[in-house]
Formats: sequence, structure tokens, C-alpha cells
Amino acid sequence: MKGLVAPVLGAVGFIGLWWLATVAQLADPVLLPSPAETFRDTVAAFRSGPLGHDLLRTILRTVQAFLIATAIGVPLGIALGAKERVYRSVEFVVDFFRSTPASALFPLFLILFGVGEGTKIAVAAFGAALVILFNAAYGVMNARRTRVLAARVMGAGEARILWDVLLWEALPQILVGMRAGISLALVIVVVAEMFIGSTDGLGQRVIVAQSLFESGLMYGVIFLAGALGYVLNLTFLLAEKRFVHWSGR
Amino acid sequence: MDGPAIAPRDAALSIRGLRKAFGGQPVYSGFDLDVRRGDILAIFGPNGCGKSTLINMAAGLLPVDGGTILYDGRDVRDVRVGYVFQNYREALFPWLRAADNIRYPLRRMGLPKREIEARLDRLKAEFRVRFDLARYPYELSGGQQQLVSVMRALAVEPEVLFLDEPFSALDFETTLDLRALLQDVLKRLGVTTLLVSHDLEESIALADRLLMLTRRPTTVADDLAVRLAWPRGSATLSEPDFVALKRRCLAVFEAAVAGRPVAA
Repeated sequence: MKGLVAPVLGAVGFIGLWWLATVAQLADPVLLPSPAETFRDTVAAFRSGPLGHDLLRTILRTVQAFLIATAIGVPLGIALGAKERVYRSVEFVVDFFRSTPASALFPLFLILFGVGEGTKIAVAAFGAALVILFNAAYGVMNARRTRVLAARVMGAGEARILWDVLLWEALPQILVGMRAGISLALVIVVVAEMFIGSTDGLGQRVIVAQSLFESGLMYGVIFLAGALGYVLNLTFLLAEKRFVHWSGR
Repeated sequence: MDGPAIAPRDAALSIRGLRKAFGGQPVYSGFDLDVRRGDILAIFGPNGCGKSTLINMAAGLLPVDGGTILYDGRDVRDVRVGYVFQNYREALFPWLRAADNIRYPLRRMGLPKREIEARLDRLKAEFRVRFDLARYPYELSGGQQQLVSVMRALAVEPEVLFLDEPFSALDFETTLDLRALLQDVLKRLGVTTLLVSHDLEESIALADRLLMLTRRPTTVADDLAVRLAWPRGSATLSEPDFVALKRRCLAVFEAAVAGRPVAA
């Protein structure tokens, strides 16, 4: 409980400053609505508007992209990590596309998948898969050599070592990759919702609110997207603590 | 050398003409060794002389360049061996509870569940384990973790046990306790053991036979029987026989590394 005091104070302080800025009219009210107005508009958009649906769509797309990325990135990363020489030969390509802004790939994916749901999910999955693959491969390659030797001397063959040792050794790093992957998927999905043929989603809502000068709602959606990213990240942090209790020990 | 002559059928392990080089630098070029069944052989030598290399090759963890290492005529792959690593933190599996770490090699052997539990209970009794084996390794003290490593290595009832500086990461008090416990169990069960150590006192205190190695290319500087009575407690360390043996070994060691600075 005590650990909550500081972050709550920080958040209250932030809203207080924001409120003071609006009271002092430091900015045009259209550009900077008050916290109360933002709250009111956001709640109204939830009650009678499409915001609930938008939030759900964004979560759904992000989770779909993340699941595809995990299904591809984890097994492929482990397989590549177990054969270090193979990984070294594809490392440049992985690193290159990992460093390429996913938004630069939108046009390409539009050609490949057309204007629709598939494209948004595919771009996000592509970006997230590379991050997850890279982390899984490094997790396996950085497995403690002594543990591999210990398993070997106890009669474990190569397949057994992969399953009994390397996978477990890589698990903390795999979860780090998944956490980074879902955050990246959310970023790409929100951008994709803004620019590639969407009618819903948080990205769509924020850009529509902006063009209609509904600045209260715009700020509300931004905070909602932020909260979503924060919760996803926190969920994975808690999962890491729970499922890889031995990490770093 | 007063190392005992060993008849072939008494040898648990026979090394002939062993060759090994790292980066063109020979470590072993024609090395021979026989280890008598039930003996604890301590291997002592200067840093980098290839003590660990020797037992890693014997345990099948490192390929040899030439020569043979045979266990009563068999290759190491057909022999049950146990190995205790220096760094217990990196050798135990932290995702398994201590008891499951010990069960692991038994599961690999495909033993039935009842036999596995029976062996675990036996080991617990042999080592008078009083801490909770349902804990994860990182929840145990260093000495307890290394004890779990030893139990895991002995669970398979190995024909030969390898100990690679098993106490060097532990504090002095824990080392004394674990050393006493280990010599008690090893002598009682009659496990053939190869102990690598950089602690001369420990080597003498634990061994039936002490092999002193030279710098590279490694040869045997001295091979002597340690005929002190068991059990050997802290009182042993001040007995005249022990002190005389240690003095002789120190002289051999200094001669073996003469002309080169001894690494700290």
C-alpha cells in the first residue's frame, strides 16, 4: 500500500498542474481543455458514443497481432538460437527489419494484404514477431553453459537439452521479448487505425476527434491508449514475476 | 613415486596415451593414469595445468585429441558418472525444486517413480538432510545448494564421481562441514572419485591417493598414497603424518612450477 502513495501523488500533481494551466488560461481552451471537461467528454463517449467499441477493437487487434507474432517468433527464435551459426547468418536481416519503422512498411503491406483488417494485424504481427524472435534466440544462445553440460553428463541428448534446459534458460528473455512485442503491436495498431482504412479503433477515434476539434475527447482517447499500453506492460511484468521466479538468480 | 600399482581388473578408470591441445598448445601429450575402484583420487596442480580438462575429458564433456579413456573397457557413454561442478549456482536447475533437481537424472534413466523416491529418501538419510528439499535452489544457502548438487550426482549410483573444485565457492566453515559429510558418504558407499582441487590441504585430507601435476605440457610430478586413518577430521590436519605429507607435497609443487612465477 505504501508503494502506491508516491505514484498517486505524482498523478494527482500532474492533473493539478494541468488544471492550473487551464484556469490560468495559458493555452487556448480548444487546444487544452480542462481535466474535468476531458473526463466529461470521455465518459459521454463511452456511454452513448463508440468509444467502448473502439477500445475493444484496438485490444482485439493488438492481441491478435501479438498471438500471431508469438506463435511465429518464439519457436523460430528458439530453433535459430539453438543453431547459433544459422542465427548469425540471418541476424543481419532480423536486425535490419527490427530497426525499420513498421509504419514505413504500411504501403507494402497494403499491396500484399489489401485495405482491411488483415493488413493492420499483419504489420503489427510482423514488427512484434521480430522483437520476440530476437529475444528468444538470444535467450537460448545465452543459456548458461554449465547447465547444458550438467544435463549432458546426466544423460540428456540434444533434443532433451533443448526441452529441459535451453527452453527454461531462455524463458525469462522470451517473456521480456513478449512484453516488448505487445507494446510494439499496440503502437503499430494505433497508427494503422489512423491511416489505413479504418472506421473504428482508438487510433481512428483520436484522429477523428482532432479533426472535429473535440479536444476533450481527443485527450481522453490519448489517455485511454496510454492506460491500455500501461496495463499490458504491467500484466506482463506480473506474469514474469509469477512464472519465471528464478530469473536472475 | 610410491603410487600403488593397480591390476587391470581393479581399475575403475584407465587412461592411455591421452593427448589434448588447445590452440596448438599441447596440454596432454601421452598421459597415462589408472584409478583403483573405490579410491578417492585428488588431482592437484598449478593453475592452467589442465586438471579440469582431464576430468572433463574423462566425463565425456570434452573431446580428446588422441588416446583412450576406458571404464573397465567401456566408453564413458556406457558408464554412469556423476559430476559436481564448481559453480553450483549455474549447475543446478533453478526452475526445479531441489528434490526435482535430484530426481532429474533418475528420470532420464527411466527409473520407475517408486525407485526414484526410494533413492531420494536414501540420499536424504545418507547426508542427514535437515533442510526442506521442496524449496528452490536459490532459496538455499551455498552449502545446501552444493549438497544438492552432490546428491544429484550420487543419485544415479555412479561408477565414477567427478568433483571439480566443489568447495571453492563456499566459505571456510561450510567447506569443513561439507567435506566431512562427503568423505563419510564416499567412503561408506565406496564411490570411485576424482577430485580436482587447488587446495593442497583439502586434497590430502580427502584423498586415498594424490596426483600432483606439472605445468603444461602436463605430466605427473608425483603420485602418492595418502595412508591416513579415516575419518579425517580437523584434528587430522595437525597430525605429524599429515604435516609431513603436506611438506613433501609443497616441495614437489614448488619444484614442479619452478622457474615460472606462481599465479596468485
